[in-house]
Amino acid sequence: MARERGEEEDTGGTGGKSAPKVKQRQRKKKTKESKTRTVHANILYDSAKGEESPNRHYANNKIKTTKYTLLSFLPKNLFEQFHRFANVYFVFIALLNFVPVVNAFQPELALAPVVFILSVTAIKDLWEDYRRHRSDKEINHMDCLVYSRAERRYVEIYWKELRVGDFVRLRCNEILPADVLLLSSSDPDRLCHIETATLDGETNLKQRQVVRSFYDLDCDFNPLKYTSVIECEKPNNDLNRFRGYIIHRNGRRDALYKDNLLLRGCTIRNTEEAVGIVIYAGHETKAMLNNNGPRYKRSKLERQMNVDVFWCVIILLIMCLFTAVGHGLWMFQYGDKRPVFDVLSPEGTDLSPIMSAIYLFLTMIIVFQVLIPISLFVSIEIVKICQVYFIHNDLELYEEETDSHLQCRALNITEDLGQMQYIFSDKTGTLTENKMVFRRCTVAGVEYSHDANARRLAMYQEVDSEEEECVSHGGTLPRRDSVTSHTSARVVLRSQSTKSHRRTGSRAEAKRASILSKHTDITPDPQLLDKVNECSSKMDFMRFHSQSLSTLSSDLCDIIDFFVALTICNTVVVSSPNQPRQKVTLDKAGMVSFLHRVINIFELKSPVKTIEDFIKRFTPSRLTSSNNSSSSSLNRSNNRGCSSLISSPSADSTLTKLDEEKTAESPDEAALVYAARAYKCSLVGRLPDQVTVELPHLGKLSFELLHTLGFDSTRKRMSVVVRHPLTDQITVYTKGADSVIMDIIRPPDTGTRKRQKKIICRTQNYLNQYAADGLRTLCIAKKVLSKEEYACWLQRHLQAETAIQGREELLFESALRLETNLHLLGATGIEDRLQDGVPETIASLRKAGLQIWVLTGDKQETAVNIAYACKLLHYIQAKFLCSSSDQAAKMYLTNNINNMAAADLYPSLPVHRLGLVIDGRTLAYALDRSLEDKFLAVARSCRSVLCCRSTPLQKSMVVKLVRNKLKVMTLAIGDGANDVSMIQVADVGVGISGQEGMQAVMASDFALPRFSYLQKLLLVHGHWCYSRLANMILYFFYKNAMFVALIFWYQFYCGFSGSAMIDQWYLIFFNLMFSAFPQLITGTLDKDVSAETLQHLPQLYRSGQNSEEYKPYMFWMNMIDAFYQSLVCFFIPYFAYADSGVDLFTWGTPITTIALFTILLHLGVETKTWTWMNWLSICFSVALFFTVALCYNASCPTCYSPSNPYWTIQRLLQDPLFYFLCIITPCSALLPRSITNVVHSLSIARVNHFIDFIVVSKEHPQPEPGHHGVAAQPATSFPVHQQAPPKRQ
Amino acid sequence: MMASSYNAKEEDGHHSGAAGHGGAGAVKSRKPDNTAFKQQRLPAWQPILTAGTVLPAFFVIGLIFIPIGIGLYVTSNNIKEFEIDYTGVDSNSPCYSCARNFSSNSTTPCTCSLNFTLEQPFESNVFMYYGLSNFYQNHRRYVKSRDDSQLNGDLSSLKEPSKECEPYRTSESFPIAPCGAIANSLFNDTLELYYVESNGTRNLVPLVKKGIAWWTDKHVKFRNPSGNSNLTIAFQGTSKPVNWRKPVFELDPLDSENNGFINEDFIVWMRTAALPTFRKLYRIIQKKPSTTPTLPSGRYILTVTYNYPVLSFDGRKRMILSTISWMGGKNPFLGIAYITVGSICFFLGADIPN
Repeated sequence: MARERGEEEDTGGTGGKSAPKVKQRQRKKKTKESKTRTVHANILYDSAKGEESPNRHYANNKIKTTKYTLLSFLPKNLFEQFHRFANVYFVFIALLNFVPVVNAFQPELALAPVVFILSVTAIKDLWEDYRRHRSDKEINHMDCLVYSRAERRYVEIYWKELRVGDFVRLRCNEILPADVLLLSSSDPDRLCHIETATLDGETNLKQRQVVRSFYDLDCDFNPLKYTSVIECEKPNNDLNRFRGYIIHRNGRRDALYKDNLLLRGCTIRNTEEAVGIVIYAGHETKAMLNNNGPRYKRSKLERQMNVDVFWCVIILLIMCLFTAVGHGLWMFQYGDKRPVFDVLSPEGTDLSPIMSAIYLFLTMIIVFQVLIPISLFVSIEIVKICQVYFIHNDLELYEEETDSHLQCRALNITEDLGQMQYIFSDKTGTLTENKMVFRRCTVAGVEYSHDANARRLAMYQEVDSEEEECVSHGGTLPRRDSVTSHTSARVVLRSQSTKSHRRTGSRAEAKRASILSKHTDITPDPQLLDKVNECSSKMDFMRFHSQSLSTLSSDLCDIIDFFVALTICNTVVVSSPNQPRQKVTLDKAGMVSFLHRVINIFELKSPVKTIEDFIKRFTPSRLTSSNNSSSSSLNRSNNRGCSSLISSPSADSTLTKLDEEKTAESPDEAALVYAARAYKCSLVGRLPDQVTVELPHLGKLSFELLHTLGFDSTRKRMSVVVRHPLTDQITVYTKGADSVIMDIIRPPDTGTRKRQKKIICRTQNYLNQYAADGLRTLCIAKKVLSKEEYACWLQRHLQAETAIQGREELLFESALRLETNLHLLGATGIEDRLQDGVPETIASLRKAGLQIWVLTGDKQETAVNIAYACKLLHYIQAKFLCSSSDQAAKMYLTNNINNMAAADLYPSLPVHRLGLVIDGRTLAYALDRSLEDKFLAVARSCRSVLCCRSTPLQKSMVVKLVRNKLKVMTLAIGDGANDVSMIQVADVGVGISGQEGMQAVMASDFALPRFSYLQKLLLVHGHWCYSRLANMILYFFYKNAMFVALIFWYQFYCGFSGSAMIDQWYLIFFNLMFSAFPQLITGTLDKDVSAETLQHLPQLYRSGQNSEEYKPYMFWMNMIDAFYQSLVCFFIPYFAYADSGVDLFTWGTPITTIALFTILLHLGVETKTWTWMNWLSICFSVALFFTVALCYNASCPTCYSPSNPYWTIQRLLQDPLFYFLCIITPCSALLPRSITNVVHSLSIARVNHFIDFIVVSKEHPQPEPGHHGVAAQPATSFPVHQQAPPKRQ
Repeated sequence: MMASSYNAKEEDGHHSGAAGHGGAGAVKSRKPDNTAFKQQRLPAWQPILTAGTVLPAFFVIGLIFIPIGIGLYVTSNNIKEFEIDYTGVDSNSPCYSCARNFSSNSTTPCTCSLNFTLEQPFESNVFMYYGLSNFYQNHRRYVKSRDDSQLNGDLSSLKEPSKECEPYRTSESFPIAPCGAIANSLFNDTLELYYVESNGTRNLVPLVKKGIAWWTDKHVKFRNPSGNSNLTIAFQGTSKPVNWRKPVFELDPLDSENNGFINEDFIVWMRTAALPTFRKLYRIIQKKPSTTPTLPSGRYILTVTYNYPVLSFDGRKRMILSTISWMGGKNPFLGIAYITVGSICFFLGADIPN
């Protein structure tokens, strides 16, 4: 029930767009029903044996996603199948056969094909349902801990037994079984961290708070004392909303927010233990309500096909009408003289010609039913499943690193892949890896190029084997293992055995580890490292001797400030990573000690609850000795069952061996923190009011965090205000885009002014260089505030903070006031690494005639950089930048677009070299109804379009606009939750199953591990799927028309009486059995062009874009050919047997045989590649026909009334005439088609030769002007391109 | 990472129904097998159409077809065939009066004689056919109007014929045997052939009535009702078809092996013709042991007992004498077809390169 309701809501709209709608609807619902959910604790009602439990009406936690039960399967499945119009039609025809006046076949026999088709589909549905059932069962039987009143402790039960109102105890790394209201947490701050990647795709940890009234509990939460009642809203699918209140026994009410709710499917991280009460369970959880299930789309080809099915119906009706009229006239010519062969109706009454014509019309619908191919729909489904199977199994679409391969989530649009015209791509995580890597930096005007780091990064492409050996696979630690020690030993053993048994799995894990470390390990620039060491030792010395720090040279001072800024000016939260990420890089000896330590960890009872607790106890400034520090780290790891031990090979042994995963809002912040760590400047902890940093020689320093002025897109910077622990000065660290930081830098008035200017100038140069290299640039600056200044600012800032009206603006102004007169420390260059093969993929997709638009939420500079890097934009390309931020933008845009349109018409400008860059705000105007046509006109003429700063909604609007206005096939590819709406809107949605969780994948039709796989998916599989299906559908139409026309011609010779010379068995099973297999094999395996050629010549993709394999006229050509062939197949036997003693079936059986041969040979002519399976299937078909015919004609001399073909085929096989007919007829029937094919392929061969010639001459250095242009600017060469190509395995 | 996302993936993939790889994900690698089949690299033969391969193919087809065609044509031409229409449409036809004055309930049969001359002697076995034109034996309702079980000797069907036989199922509350429209419209002209010797004496040409039906029809498909060797008793309680003059057990009173349902003329008739113009084997004139031709050239007289009306539907009746070859009766069509198609291929082979 709940699921249905969820679906109902989901059908209302898609993704982000639907959210407000749903909300509205719910609000309406709420006001109408004004019902809420009241949750009592179950343990209060245990004595009532659940009968009176107020929670009993709520769904339990058992999930059931299956559609059917054993009993309901048949009726429900049939009901669903009859939703398809074709099925109803065929059943109608089969039932028509039971009417004696019009029946054409034995009624039971006529049911056979329909029953067959229905049962094939039913079996498929049953199998799918069974798979759902199995996975439901697996989930339902996961364990969780629930408080039992009887036993006064938490007992283990299955997920499915969980009920609303139960108290659940959750431990670290456990997956939440239901939506749980957090009542207690072992965290001292009463927080619980959860990872929501499975829900929204965001990988950073989220904090959830214990309900206010349980916040101050000093002892452990005791469920027995819980007497409160929870009132909350009805289950809904809005992940970001939860409202309600909790009523305590004393009548006090406390509000509940979404911050109190832990959602099903999330994972508990960083929190040893939490207790909560189940609010929503099973299908009523928000996660389940958000599940839409598989998607069914109809492909373009199928839409086209349906038009032709419609034409078939018309042809059928015309044929029936013609026959009916013919019969009426035939009857009429005899007048009252009734000939002996015109049998009266069973009642003995004389039928008038008109009545017979009407009856005959119905009969003919039955006889000609084959024209509407009943098996077409089933065959298409089978072929698509096979195509999906092959796509799944493509090794080139498999990524070993993550052990993931392409997933086809929508089974029925494979052929659409071959017809794409526009690709809309997300940038981050799709084109790039979304793993920021620190590449270079400049401090105080000196550039540190980090060459070693660059070399190391390049090396990572190849290195893996050694690392593999020393990386132990952590395995999945069941959470119980953290409790008892003996199980933990088992775990370690298991992880060892895991390694040996599943080599591939652990290798994949190891590769992941190496990827992870690639981004977290940075080889420091030796020069800079020396300076940092020197500087910090000096500072240590000075502090020890209580000297003023101002004596330090400003260079060194800048360096240390630079790293401090990198470390603290961010929102990075230090968190202990989860268990499965345990990776230890140790040698063999180290391994043993590690194992000991792991065991110790579990044995030690921790006196300290959390890392923060620990930090609080040991004041950082006191921890200076390195010994102490390392032991503390060990301690800390002991304290926590779920911490990871990574000893980075580059780390100094005297420094901390422990490292925590850092979760940051944006990956570039994390990259900077990791970079700083490489210089021993590591972030240890972040609390709301202090940041702890560990510096070399200085140990841990606590910076009192006074303010954080967060990043916003207008300021393009963020700042932190801290009290420096060494100097006790109030310091502002600012980090931001170079364009804004450079403007607010004021060199001091003192003598260093000249030097500062020089530094600024140099830094600017380096920044330009970084940008040209495609790096993301950030400037780091600082400012020291005097106490008075700070006090002055603080006063106004507090005013702003407490202001009621216009607080946002006031805070913004306050930030602006603070961020002035900064002192430039340096700048960094971060690389957002392109995924492997992205530029090549884009180039070849371009060649394939695909328009590629990049829609990103990222800022313009970054987007443009990446666009250059992946060759989407060229430097010589004229680039229109449309960005505007004021209200006059509309005017501006109109003018701009008009200008561009004018430029477009201007002949001298190479139109295809245009690139359009448009930002979100401008896009909003461009998408305005009045301008969208102009915008499209401009965008179409541009070679590449780049939309930056676009919201998810805008992304989907752009896709929708292009799709609807230009009537093109669109593909959207993205990886994050922000791409979901765009993925859903596009004809084909592709999700990248990468960093950002499953949201995009869930919404997608196809999930790829990497962007570059798109090339093979589209160019090869797409093309194949399309051409195979298109050809198969055309062949189907041909086949059925050809077969049916044979009977139609016969009507001229049987007085239009609806008689058929083809036996009813052949007539009914011809499509279903005799001619079914070869076309399925060809439809699945045929390759018109080899995979290599398709990838080598992306131009071939255009045939799919232009629907060249299946154009409307082709249907008619096939129909004409079918009619011609049937004429041949009919009239050659006709003349050969004219005026002879041949009887109905002795004449009809050769025709059937001939038709079968012709149809199979026709397929043979159309088949491009012959594998043994093609041969086998054709031989099988022929053998099957003769076997069936021989058995059928020998089996029974009296059955199969009304017409018995006893011994017919046996006699025919003794007749030489039969063989002569079987040779001549297919040959002459196929003559025209093979001649046109030959002529066509000969001319194609000439063209191909020509193309080959062009390709060859292109590959040989006929320098293109464009290449010259790029080469002239060495800056465009992006480092990625110089890397060795990815190793093939 | 994999391990942690295992369950989550299960949750996700779980509803997709299609993806369905979550389950095995953590246990074994999902790497596809590198087999030729799964990678779609099965060894394949690609017929590449070039002028070099296509032309010889056409030539070869042409070269094969033309001789076959010539052979078939010659074979067909060697068959001797004679045909005479005895419907009696023309007023000067001997059977004109019989055709005109036909009435189904006249007791005295009308006979007429036609003279004809064979120009050439007929060697070997000669087959005698009767031919009907415009007779739609393939009409849908006509074809169905029979009961194979009854014809197979099934006693219950004999008493209770199938509904398909309607309206020729019962006659005056007796079941009709054989029931149905096909049996009802049995061809019942009697043809006799006389050779007129040069001195004017008429010699009856012996006509063999055995072996004109399919062996399987005669021995398997058609059987008289079992239980009684006396057909009169076996068919007791049944009625003759309305158009028949005598009951089924009197079709050939002289030969019990050719009487009742297994009467060969009846069996031949029951095999409904595919086309409205057809011929059915009537008698065989067997080759004489001596060297004299079966039917020497000369004058013949065909005596027809005119029972079967065809004028009502504008039909025609013919008598055909024909020898047969290894591939059946005279029909030059197939030979011509082979020659035509062969020539087309041959010339195409020569023309296509341009």
